[in-house]
Amino acid sequence: MLRFILRRLIQMVGVAIVLSFLLFVWLRSLPGGTVSAILGERATPETRAALTKALGLDEPIWVQYGSYAKRLLAGDFGVSTGVLPGTDALDIFLTRFPATLELSTLAILIAVSSAIPLGYLAARRRATWFDNLSILASLVGVAVPVFFLAFLLKYYFAIENNWLPVSGRQSSSIDATRVTGFFVLDGIITQEWDAAWDALKHLILPAIALATIPFAVIFRITRASVLDVMEEDFVRTARSKGLTQRVIRGRHILRNALLPVVTIIGLQVGGLFAGAVLTETVFNFGGIGEALANAFTLRDYSVLQVIILAAAITYVIVNLLVDIAYAIIDPRIRTR
Amino acid sequence: MRQFRKAAPVALLAVASLALSACAQSDRTDGGGSGASGAAASGGTMTFGAAGAPKLFDPFYATDGETFRITRQMFEGLLTDKPGTAEVVPGLAAEMPTSEDGKVWTFKLRTNVKFTDGTDFNAEAVCKNFERMYDQSKAGESAAQYWTYTMGTFKSDAAKSLYKGCEAVDPATAKISVNTTTSKFPVMVSLAAFGMQSPTAMDKGKANDVKAQGEGFIFPAYAQNPVGTGPFKLEKYDAANKTVTLSRNDTYWGEKAKLDKLIFKIIPDESTRRQELQAGSIDGYDLPNPVDWKGLKDAGDQLLVRPAFNILYMGLNPEKNPKLKDLRVRQALDMAINRDQMVKTQLPEGATAASQFMPDTVKGYNTNIKVTAYDPAKAKALLAAAGASGMTLNFAYPTEVTRPYMPNPQKIFEALRANIEAVGIKVNVIAKPWNGGYLDGISPNGAFDAWIIGWTGDYDAADNFLGTFFTSPKNDFHTFAMPWGKTLSDSLTAADAIVDQGQRDAAYEKIASQIQDEYLPGLPLSSSPPALVVGPKVKGLVASPLTAEDFSTVTISK
Repeated sequence: MLRFILRRLIQMVGVAIVLSFLLFVWLRSLPGGTVSAILGERATPETRAALTKALGLDEPIWVQYGSYAKRLLAGDFGVSTGVLPGTDALDIFLTRFPATLELSTLAILIAVSSAIPLGYLAARRRATWFDNLSILASLVGVAVPVFFLAFLLKYYFAIENNWLPVSGRQSSSIDATRVTGFFVLDGIITQEWDAAWDALKHLILPAIALATIPFAVIFRITRASVLDVMEEDFVRTARSKGLTQRVIRGRHILRNALLPVVTIIGLQVGGLFAGAVLTETVFNFGGIGEALANAFTLRDYSVLQVIILAAAITYVIVNLLVDIAYAIIDPRIRTR
Repeated sequence: MRQFRKAAPVALLAVASLALSACAQSDRTDGGGSGASGAAASGGTMTFGAAGAPKLFDPFYATDGETFRITRQMFEGLLTDKPGTAEVVPGLAAEMPTSEDGKVWTFKLRTNVKFTDGTDFNAEAVCKNFERMYDQSKAGESAAQYWTYTMGTFKSDAAKSLYKGCEAVDPATAKISVNTTTSKFPVMVSLAAFGMQSPTAMDKGKANDVKAQGEGFIFPAYAQNPVGTGPFKLEKYDAANKTVTLSRNDTYWGEKAKLDKLIFKIIPDESTRRQELQAGSIDGYDLPNPVDWKGLKDAGDQLLVRPAFNILYMGLNPEKNPKLKDLRVRQALDMAINRDQMVKTQLPEGATAASQFMPDTVKGYNTNIKVTAYDPAKAKALLAAAGASGMTLNFAYPTEVTRPYMPNPQKIFEALRANIEAVGIKVNVIAKPWNGGYLDGISPNGAFDAWIIGWTGDYDAADNFLGTFFTSPKNDFHTFAMPWGKTLSDSLTAADAIVDQGQRDAAYEKIASQIQDEYLPGLPLSSSPPALVVGPKVKGLVASPLTAEDFSTVTISK
């Protein structure tokens, strides 16, 4: 097991190196650029040339990558040119990441805790009204664009009824102490309960919006998987052995049905980052998704590189965790 | 065992939060912030929805409106704008500066002013500021775009700089000299970038310590916490929650701000800003979409329309499309466009069709020039005469952007395209993201034949419009590829150097009419008023054509 984890971690370094190079070249080959973003309509050929030179963007691409790689090895991820000029790109990432993590965690919790029980129940009550309704709900979850759902949620819960805030992470009237950058957690550990409650209220709508797609996918996989497993020989065997329903359902059906579900959850975490770009933008939730979109329009290369690299590494780590979880659920994998 | 496995993460989290809470304490002072308690008697808090985050707080290195909106509340220049207009009036100067020859300007200063750190504002401080701006590191020079843009160069290239020097004659008198006479000076002193900063704080914080690192610049910590004389001072910038909090400067020399606190909440998405206002969590926001104007007014919000200080035009590149070298072809395009209809259907209320390359609020605007009449028949005839009937035009518009002069680029483009196609020109539509090929396409090496873009003025001078467009040998209009390009540039430079305002205005009026009648390097289209909106409880905010709103006069009723 340890060797397996180690091998995966080494693979991760390889992924990071290759990705950093591809990313570097790809970002710079995009039309537009940092200089245009800074100067806008005010650009003259002279100021353009001067700024391009000052930023070192006039060097050949391999020279640029060389100095980037050298700085990267020294732990220097570069400086923002657009999102927050002069600030370390890594600092921007670290300031923003807790927001995304907070949001994604709640979203995946909502998705998993509702999709697995619903999927299981839908499978057991196949072709009943409950099953059909759940399928419809999951279809809607996949089909309705996040921004439209976000608009509906906001309109009903925030504007018409004022139950929940429209956007942001915390009300500007709250004077909160920042410790970890996770606003809810900060409120709890500093015992600023109003701050924690306010931050939690800000999380609900975006988390629901972000949870819809993973919910729908996990629900369908759970349902299909439970249906498959229910037809398996070993379930019939278990029944004929006279085991109790509880044991059959818990140990034989659910445990085996969850294997593909766990894989899907891991993949969905990756998808969550893609969803976060949209959700965070719509809900003005200051996480890395929103910073990514912002950095992209501003062609803030350092910030883009840090965020995308970090997202890729997170993805690899999550999948490693999924594989470990797999091993825990399915003893056959452990022995290999 | 199984039980333990389930409980482990929960227990771990509990231990972790206990450990954290042991070392983490609330920073709150007693009374829990400045929330609702006791705010009713004084000015209270206003929360304003800004479209973007400030880049830094030292205005000298700033280039964007979102940063300047905030720094304007914290800093004041020697000159400023009269509220609601673009007229330049004394700010920290006691009166308008005077000059015999247009090169040495005497600024009489206010004597009762202090920076928020207690440092005196006086002539020495003024000179210290100008010398600081002038004397930049290589990286600082690249970062300080507004200085480059108005003064040309820095101390490292003194011969080409407009700025020459500053002398503190006595505490209340500063003499600033420039190398040539130009209409830019002294009005440019009113720019937000040139707000006065505390010499003590700048020294202490090494304000000029800008360094190039990798592909960016690193600013000294001072840039995050600079010191000015304005009615507000920076309290905190919460980057994680995207809010900037300013608080009243209680030692302000003039009329003190009414508000206790002014919070800028950064909300990039326009419809989210509207929803926040509807929900009552912000008190106002910038740049409401013109389609929402009516709805906002109906809901009881106050729409403050700024006087238009911008120009939208259609740029043309005769080097890419040689047919455009013929004046008749450019005139045909000009006549093909139905400006009145475009303004009426595509632009917000208060927008006007443009007759020349500046709005009517600028000194030097020629009232005798008429908006080109819409005449498709004559346009076709001109095209035929020039042998350009059925010509093709690669015409571009930007996506992923709105500008104050162009609230909806695509719709404006479609209106223009319909007009142009109606006179028999084939249009190849090019749509490019603003910073994803569009700005490159219109640059002097650009690939488009025609495009739409505009300009928002910085200060009230014709040079800020005409000079910006046509003076440089390499400009977006490619005027130097035309026989009259240099003549136009020279006449603009000459007009800019005239000291007497009356004579200068007359010179610009003449050039403006020549541009329309003889040169027509591009087609001025319209000026549109950007707006801001505030809720029913807000009073005292005056919309500025320069988007230089002063929040110190704002009151908010509970």
